[in-house]
Amino acid sequence: MSEPIAAGFSPGATDDVDEARSLSQDAWRSLRKSTMFWVSVGLIGVFVLMAIWPSLFTQTDPTFGDINNVRAKPNADAWFGTDTQGYDIFARTIYGARASIIVGLAASLTTLLLGGVIGVLAGFYGGWLDALFSRVTDIFYAIPLILGGILFMASFPNGANSNYFVVVGKVVLVLTVFGWTTIARLMRSSVLQVKPNEYVLAARALGASPWRIIKSHILPNALAPAIVVATINLGVFIVVEATLSFLGIGLTPPAISWGVAISDALVAVRTYPHILLFPSLFLSLAVLAFILLGDAVRDAFDPKSR
Amino acid sequence: MTTTTKSVAPASAYKPDSEGRLLEVDDLYVEFHTAEGIAKAINGVSFDLRQGETLAILGESGSGKSVTAQAIMGILDMPPAVIPSGAIRYCGEDLLTMPEEQRRKARGPEISIIFQDALSSLNPTFPVGWQIGEMFRQHRGMNRSDAYAQAVRLMERVAIPAAKERVKSYPHQFSGGMRQRIMIAMAIALDPAVLIADEPTTALDVTVQAQIMALLAELQDERQMGLILITHDLGVVADVADRAAVMYAGRIVAKADIEDLYARPAHPYTRGLLESIPRLDQKGQTLAAIGGLPPNLTRIPPGCTFNPRCRMSQDICREQEPDLLPIAGQMSRCHFAEEVLNG
Amino acid sequence: MGKYIVRRILQMIPVVLGATFIIFAMVFALPGDPTAGKCGDRPCSPEYVAAFREEHNLNDPLPVQYGKYLGKFVQGDLGTNYYGIPVKEDLAKRYTITGRLALMAIVFEIVIGILAGVLAGVRKGRFIDNLVTVSTLFVISIPVFVIGVLLQYQFGIKWGLVPATVPSLEAPTSSLILPAFVLGSISIAYVARLTRTNLVENLRADYVRTAVAKGLTKRRAVGVHTLRNSLIPVVTYIGADFGGLLGGAIVTERIFNIQGVGGYIWKGINSRDGVAVVSTVTVLVIVYLLVNLLVDLLYGVLDPRISHE
Repeated sequence: MSEPIAAGFSPGATDDVDEARSLSQDAWRSLRKSTMFWVSVGLIGVFVLMAIWPSLFTQTDPTFGDINNVRAKPNADAWFGTDTQGYDIFARTIYGARASIIVGLAASLTTLLLGGVIGVLAGFYGGWLDALFSRVTDIFYAIPLILGGILFMASFPNGANSNYFVVVGKVVLVLTVFGWTTIARLMRSSVLQVKPNEYVLAARALGASPWRIIKSHILPNALAPAIVVATINLGVFIVVEATLSFLGIGLTPPAISWGVAISDALVAVRTYPHILLFPSLFLSLAVLAFILLGDAVRDAFDPKSR
Repeated sequence: MTTTTKSVAPASAYKPDSEGRLLEVDDLYVEFHTAEGIAKAINGVSFDLRQGETLAILGESGSGKSVTAQAIMGILDMPPAVIPSGAIRYCGEDLLTMPEEQRRKARGPEISIIFQDALSSLNPTFPVGWQIGEMFRQHRGMNRSDAYAQAVRLMERVAIPAAKERVKSYPHQFSGGMRQRIMIAMAIALDPAVLIADEPTTALDVTVQAQIMALLAELQDERQMGLILITHDLGVVADVADRAAVMYAGRIVAKADIEDLYARPAHPYTRGLLESIPRLDQKGQTLAAIGGLPPNLTRIPPGCTFNPRCRMSQDICREQEPDLLPIAGQMSRCHFAEEVLNG
Repeated sequence: MGKYIVRRILQMIPVVLGATFIIFAMVFALPGDPTAGKCGDRPCSPEYVAAFREEHNLNDPLPVQYGKYLGKFVQGDLGTNYYGIPVKEDLAKRYTITGRLALMAIVFEIVIGILAGVLAGVRKGRFIDNLVTVSTLFVISIPVFVIGVLLQYQFGIKWGLVPATVPSLEAPTSSLILPAFVLGSISIAYVARLTRTNLVENLRADYVRTAVAKGLTKRRAVGVHTLRNSLIPVVTYIGADFGGLLGGAIVTERIFNIQGVGGYIWKGINSRDGVAVVSTVTVLVIVYLLVNLLVDLLYGVLDPRISHE
């Protein structure tokens, strides 16, 4: 913790050579020391590995339902027990990571790209382009994410045999279409903050191309807050995906996902709470990991907020 | 200009001590306990202040001037600040051992402070008159409209034009100089005996600086306040201050009457500060700057704290810390004070 | 001020048009035959289908349909649903229940969220701060439908303290306490975190130091000087989050079987009742935009540096 008053005393440090660090180096230095950062990175690493290579974690076939052994309590064979159809909950929870992680990562990436491009262009060029992009942003911002998601998924429902990746792709698409506006607004205001700085004006006066100015002067300063929001949004997207599954318009059985598992389990919550516990726990841990990561990165870039 | 404004102040329970001192800082130490280590911000500072007297505390940023002021006001964040020893006596009573409620009641009516940056020091979301009037509401139990009337009176006293119309304006609607006047109005609202001005003109234009200094001098004269003027700018205090204390790395390194300090500095650091003031009669000459930086307060070097930057540094300076000793009517913390004094 | 409001409302028009067109386009792509099941077990007669399609402009191209729809909408005609009942009548019956739900959720956000955030902020690093930080993270990371179903089970079924479902349109406000809490739960957590962060930051502001130096009591320095500035971003958040509440109402009303606007949209989607869905969502979007305008005006009151002249 470096309080502002005390911080006033250190400019005279004898080792003042390394005082001239850039913001990102500084941020990385403080990130490296943050436990929250390493815990969240560790958790996310495990979940990503789970999504790519589930058989690393379990040998059990998640699609094999043993109808003679339904709703078993956790035991040595089935660590998390079995669900209403005799599926092994541990295996299904491991395999269920894939949908949430893909949806979260892909939607965050696409919103960052789409929102980032629109925000930077609007902020950088201003004028009619800004007016147009800002109105379009307002339009999409006016439709709440869940509401847009429900309408879209209900309008383009999944067939009984829809391909897994098609359904996941649709969820990613709808999250992108209704989720990019926060990033665009944030990027636009960051660009507007950076643009009047003298080093940007100097680069313009020297005849640097717009792309070069954006790449070397605007983005390095405007990107950090957008990445933080995108990371925290990742958790939100995972929750929305699960919510759509709960409403029966996201992923549906036979697809395996935490959202599907949770909504199945909710029916039996009174009698067999363990069926609900494990997929919920994993989903919450994943959401938590991304929120913590976003918090840690934000704190590193903005020492004030600590 | 000299309207009497004493009417609202009830007689204070505090009277200057037997030797006529209002404020006495006695061997004060302040440390900041941070993750990087313990920063020793104040190391054995002592000085006193009498009624009607102006004491200038001079030094670079980080020398401990503002921390001293905040320690006197009792507004240090503790933690990280720790006061391991020392006393701050106001009219003979130690503020550091006083119950917090009693001390709070002294802030404003007895001791008051003006900060450097009036824009950030005033609350952006309340009208200035409301903020000045708050002094009367908190300490005198006045109602809102009477407090506003008092605020208008004070704004007129610090020469804010159209005070009546502007009493409900917000800080951002004033110029820098006017904002500082509002800070001053707030600080003198309850007729304090001691006023601390912490870099009151640093954020202002040169012409406005002079006006603010003149206003402070006038108010001090009118009310016979003890004024502590904290600044890094030796230029602004020459005409106003009676005495000066020069701080370096949390210590007082020199104390003198203001004329002596300027005419015959007895510490190399004081001399360095004087040489770095631009002067009209020396146009064209190179301005001398003190090379190097003040020490890191978490790792204060042994010996004289100023020795790494001192032109006169000898072996003894690296080994033994000099005491603050009297010389020719002044005080100096230097092994070679005599040599410095004699130029 | 008046000019500002007029300008903002004028700016809202293209936004409303754009948003409703997107909704219109999505909803009228709803697949399936809207007349299915309307004539008992038999397929409807071709005459009935033709009349039905004519009445709902289903034969026109989409932009024309939208134009005709909009023309009626601005005259206050929200259309009729597929059962021939005016959507306006349906909404008039249902909006009070969802309105109460949303208002109560906002009250929970303000009372619980701000209180928890203030407690955590002024006792930074202490037990209560850690408790608030951990419990809000916990709430944020659990999907609201899981919270909803669990609380419904615990309070409504196991302990029987509150009704588990609220199917009546004339439901008393007290029966909506649990659903409103569920609806607002995640926002409560965000409000608490936002309040804490802002309070902690503002407590270090220069003007708070001034407030202490003025000899104000701690209660006054924090409660009056710090809190006001700290709440400005919280107000903005609550306004922006109102849209989330409207979307969340669909989920919450489904869990508790509430016949509000959210339940109406959900029913409309499932019965492919395009007019009902579009009109309802359009009304929601307009309400949402008006709430945002209100918040911006409030922002100007709280922060005099923002000028609406």
